[in-house]
Amino acid sequence: MAYRLVEPQPKDEVSPGKNACLEAYRYILLARVLDDKFASLYRMGKIHGGVFLGRGQEALSVAAGLALRKGDVFAPLIRDAAGRIAFGEPIVDAVRTYLGSPLGPMRARDGNVHRGRPESGILPMISHLGAMISVVNGVLLANRMKGISGTVGLASIGEGGTSTGAFHEALNQAGVERFPLVVVVANNGYAYSTPNERQLACQTLELKAPGYGFRSHSVDGTDLSACLSVMNVAASEARAGGGPQLVIARLLRLCGHGEHDDAGYVDPRLKESTLGRDCLKVAEHHLMARGWASTQDLAVWREAAVEEVEGVVAQVQREDGPDPYAEEWRALASKHLVDEPPITA
Amino acid sequence: MSLTYLDAIREAQARALEEDPRVFIYGQDVGPFGGAFKATKSLAERFPGRVMDAPISEDAMLGLAVGAAISGMRPIIEVQFADFSTVALNQIVNQAATLYWRTKVPCPVTIRLPAGGTSGSGPFHSQCPEALYAHYPGLVVLTPATVEDAYSMLLEAVAIDDPVIFCEHKYLYYHLKAERLPDEAMPVGKARIARAGRDLTVVAYSAMVHEALAVADELASEGTEIEVVDLRSVKPLDTDTIMASVARTGRLLCVGEAWPWGGVTAEVVARVASEGFGLLDAPPQRLNAKDTPVPYHPNLWAAHRPTARRIAMAARNLLRS
Repeated sequence: MAYRLVEPQPKDEVSPGKNACLEAYRYILLARVLDDKFASLYRMGKIHGGVFLGRGQEALSVAAGLALRKGDVFAPLIRDAAGRIAFGEPIVDAVRTYLGSPLGPMRARDGNVHRGRPESGILPMISHLGAMISVVNGVLLANRMKGISGTVGLASIGEGGTSTGAFHEALNQAGVERFPLVVVVANNGYAYSTPNERQLACQTLELKAPGYGFRSHSVDGTDLSACLSVMNVAASEARAGGGPQLVIARLLRLCGHGEHDDAGYVDPRLKESTLGRDCLKVAEHHLMARGWASTQDLAVWREAAVEEVEGVVAQVQREDGPDPYAEEWRALASKHLVDEPPITA
Repeated sequence: MSLTYLDAIREAQARALEEDPRVFIYGQDVGPFGGAFKATKSLAERFPGRVMDAPISEDAMLGLAVGAAISGMRPIIEVQFADFSTVALNQIVNQAATLYWRTKVPCPVTIRLPAGGTSGSGPFHSQCPEALYAHYPGLVVLTPATVEDAYSMLLEAVAIDDPVIFCEHKYLYYHLKAERLPDEAMPVGKARIARAGRDLTVVAYSAMVHEALAVADELASEGTEIEVVDLRSVKPLDTDTIMASVARTGRLLCVGEAWPWGGVTAEVVARVASEGFGLLDAPPQRLNAKDTPVPYHPNLWAAHRPTARRIAMAARNLLRS
C-alpha cells in the first residue's frame, strides 16, 4: 500500500507566544546563515568532504532543541544545525568541525555534522542511521539508575532511517523500558534520492508508534509555531512520565542531500505544494502578521547573524590545522593497553 | 570447594556488582532466569534492578551500553552467543570503538561473548570472532584460558576505560575447575608461559591452550620439550613474551580455533617473521580451523577444529624441519 499524506492533527498543544517564536526564529536565522556560509565555503573548496544543510527543516529542528533543557540528551542528525544551536551548541563548534580545526570538539578527527560533546548532552552522530537512538536510551537508563528524574532524550531521524533494524530495535527497547524518549522523524519525502513509495510500506509513519508503545504526534514541519507546540507537548509528556513519543513531521528539504547533490529527483509538484514552503519565510510572515517583528527588525537580525557567522569563520580560518606528527594516534583511553605492532605506517 | 570457569565468570560479575555501583548487567535472559549458560544465576535477586533482561536486540543492547557508559556507568553486556554479536557489529566497531578517539570520552563497556565450538553446536553457536574485533581500532580483546584468568580478567575488563571484547570459551565452562579463585593475577596484556620448554614454542589462546598442553605432555614422553605460550589477550598482543620464547626454542607453531584467513595466528606469525626472523631455525607455522562454517556433526566438528592430534602432527613436522 502506498504511503499517503495525513493532515497534521493538533492535540493538546498551546500556541507559542511572542518570545518563544522570536527566540526560535533567531536560531533558525542563525542556522540558515551558518549553513549558507558552509555552502559557500564548500564551493570555494575550503571544506574537506561533504556539506549537509538543514535548509527547509530548521523549524522542526529548532523546536526539538528548544523542547530540551540542560541535563537532557540530544542526538541530532545531519539537518539539525538549528536544533543544536537552540540546545546550546556554540556555532564555533560547527565551524571548527567543518574546517577541521584541532580546537573543535572532534579535534579534526571527525568532520562536518559528526560532532558533539557527550559530556554536555550532545551525542556525536555516526553515519549509520538509527544507531544513535539506543545510545540515547542508554543515557536515559543511566539517569534512571542514578535516580535522576525529569530528563528527556531526543533523537532525530529521517523517514529513510525508520527502515533500519537499529531504529526498530531502539524504539522497541525504549517502549519496553518506557524511557522518556522523543524520536523526531523529519519525513522530507526522499531518503537521499529514494522516494517514500520505495521506502515505506506502511500507510503512515504514525502507524508505527503504537507497535512500539509510543504516542504519536503529527506536525507540519514548515510551520514554526506548530512545530514549537507539538514538540513541547511531546517533550513535556515524556518528561512527565508519559513514556516515549514519536513526532512525525512532513516537510521538504530545500537543498540536495549534500551540497554535491542537485536534488533533481524531487517531484516539482511537491516543491509547489505547501510542503515546499520555506519555513524561514513562513516564520517571518507569522511574526510580521502578528506585529511581533518588522521588516527592519528582520534585516537587523539577519545582519547580526551574518556578522556573528563571519566573525567565527574568520577566527577559525586563522587557526592551524592538525599536525599529524603531534597526533597521538591512540584509539584507547588506556595507554597501557595500546597494541604496538612491529611496523606502523 | 571446586569452581568451574563458568563459576568464575559468575563470581567475577557478582564481585563487580558488589564493589562498584556503576556496574550493571544487560542481556537476553540474564535476569531471573540467570542466563542461557547460568553465568548470571541468582545475580538478579542479589542485585535488584541491576541485572536486566533485554529484548532480542543485540544492536540496541550495545547502543544502550554505550549511552550508559557515556553517562559514567560500567555496563556488562552478555551476548547470548558470540555468533550473535555480528548483529551488534555496528554498535561495537563504529560506536563504542570510535567514541574515545573521536570525543575523548571513555567508553567502558564489557562485552561478554560465549564463544567457541562445542559438539553439536553447528555453524551459528560455535564461532570464535576475536580476530574480527581485534581488527578494529579501539577495542581490547581478551581470551582467557583458565578459571583464574576468567575471574581476574573479567574483573579487570570491567575496570578498563575502553570497550572490552571478553571471549569466554563455552567448552571450558564446565570442563575446567580450580580449587579457589585467585587473589592476584597477571595484568591484561601480558601473555603467560603455560609450560616451559626448549624445543618448540606453541602459541595458543582460549581452549587451544589445553590442546597444546596435552600435546606437550604427549611429546614430552618422546623427549621433546614444548613451550606453551598462553596469549590471554589477543589485543594487545604480548609480542615480547612470544619473541622471548621463540628466542629460546627457535621454532614457532601458532594455534587458533578460529578460521585461517588472517586472524590471530597470522598476526603472531607475521610479527615473529618480521621482528624475529633471525631467531627462527625453521619457517613459522600456524594451525587453524578449516575455512568452512563450523559443522554440526561431532565427526565433522572434530575434524574441523585443531585438536591435540593435529597439533601434535604439526609439531612433529616442524621439529623435523
